[in-house]
Amino acid sequence: MAKVLVVTSGKGGVGKTTSTAALGAALAKTGKKVVVVDFDVGLRNLDIVMGAERRVVFDMINVIQGEAKLSQALIRDKRVETLSILPASQTRDKDALTNEGVAKVITELREMFDWVICDSPAGIERGASLAMHHADVAVIVTNPEVSSVRDSDRIIGLLDSKTDRATRGERVEKHLLLTRYDPVRAARGDMLKTEDVLEILSIPLLGIIPESQEVLRASNLGTPVIFSNPDAAPSRAYMDAARRLLGEKVPMTVPGEKKSLMDKLFGRRVA
Amino acid sequence: MAFVLSPEPPLSDWIAELDAQIARSATFFAGRPIVVDLSAVPESDPGLPTLFQEMQARGIRVIGAEGADGLTPAAQSVGGPLIGGRPGGLYEVPVDPPDAPPPPEPTSLILDEPVRSGQTIVFPKGDVIINGTVAWGAEIMAGGSIHVYGALRGRAIAGVNGTPQSRIFCQKLEAELISIDGLYMTADDMEAFRGRSVQARLDGESIIITELS
Repeated sequence: MAKVLVVTSGKGGVGKTTSTAALGAALAKTGKKVVVVDFDVGLRNLDIVMGAERRVVFDMINVIQGEAKLSQALIRDKRVETLSILPASQTRDKDALTNEGVAKVITELREMFDWVICDSPAGIERGASLAMHHADVAVIVTNPEVSSVRDSDRIIGLLDSKTDRATRGERVEKHLLLTRYDPVRAARGDMLKTEDVLEILSIPLLGIIPESQEVLRASNLGTPVIFSNPDAAPSRAYMDAARRLLGEKVPMTVPGEKKSLMDKLFGRRVA
Repeated sequence: MAFVLSPEPPLSDWIAELDAQIARSATFFAGRPIVVDLSAVPESDPGLPTLFQEMQARGIRVIGAEGADGLTPAAQSVGGPLIGGRPGGLYEVPVDPPDAPPPPEPTSLILDEPVRSGQTIVFPKGDVIINGTVAWGAEIMAGGSIHVYGALRGRAIAGVNGTPQSRIFCQKLEAELISIDGLYMTADDMEAFRGRSVQARLDGESIIITELS
């Protein structure tokens, strides 16, 4: 049974698209058939992060409006053959997404793939609500900052009230992915603590992704970090998160906790 | 056993009385065979030709008529005179028992989920009890008191119907705003109780916060 997963946050710039690409790549690496779907119509980025921007011919809006078949719009990844991307249109806006059109595309994708990962646009408007509407599972991407946590709380409220599952009286499975976690700032106490974020949002933790130059470099190269540097800390954190999504029990790694001596020295000097 | 109805002149008044009877005991005539005794009705009564139609329209099953010599054409339509009937005394039509009173409306609202940012809970009829946290940007409005078994970070507005005896209880006070019966207090004014387990109540024209022991 295929699962539809929405990667969402409310706030922009927290790492939704990066996380979509990384989780998609990580799940595909385990052999699952995965499609990543860009819902950010008019501001598409997922194709760039996936390195597929020069292969886009048709997009989801073309499919919805009957100008192309779904199979024509899907782009297969060159690195992992079980991974595909369905790009968004850059020339239209979110009004081009219709409820029926999105429902039809998602239904077809469910038959073709094991995981349908929807990259939600920021905000709580039409694009975001359509991206989450069909979700079975939601990954809420949050930075350890007050504004991001508050927006995530708002999104969780919408997941519990406005989605297809919510209107049928069922629940959307929700997971927290804490991104851009800076061990140095965490040691200084400049960021919200992980346990505070968990207490405020009260949903289970899927993983903690450290802030890393590696992630930025990978995005600019158009390669999910999992492919460019599989041994980097963020790659391992995303891989662990993907395995937790598949139901495996993987111990949680908190970035920065290993280099305790360095941390103490550094922390003391700053203080 | 058949029941005998004895219409009295004028028939129009009698029909009205019959309607009142049906209103009191809606199902009494359903499925019961009825005999009409016309002995008290003069043949000149203007209601007589339509009497049986009126009764049928009310769901009364007339099986026969008696007591009128040389029965009127209308009476003949429901069958000839009945023979061999034996009177069985007067029968008081029972009155339907009154409808069961509606269950009392709940006077409190209990929520087992955290209230998320952007959500509003409005319950003007009484108390709101939240078994969870109330996030920043969430709003609770209650006609009575508000109880939060968790952190209160949003707005809590109690006593919206003008009940100054309403109170606000929470396990951890981090509220943006609390209000009782129109009087309010913002986060700046409750700094001393931040993070504490408190109750807030009205004392005259001011909100008093006290720590719960």
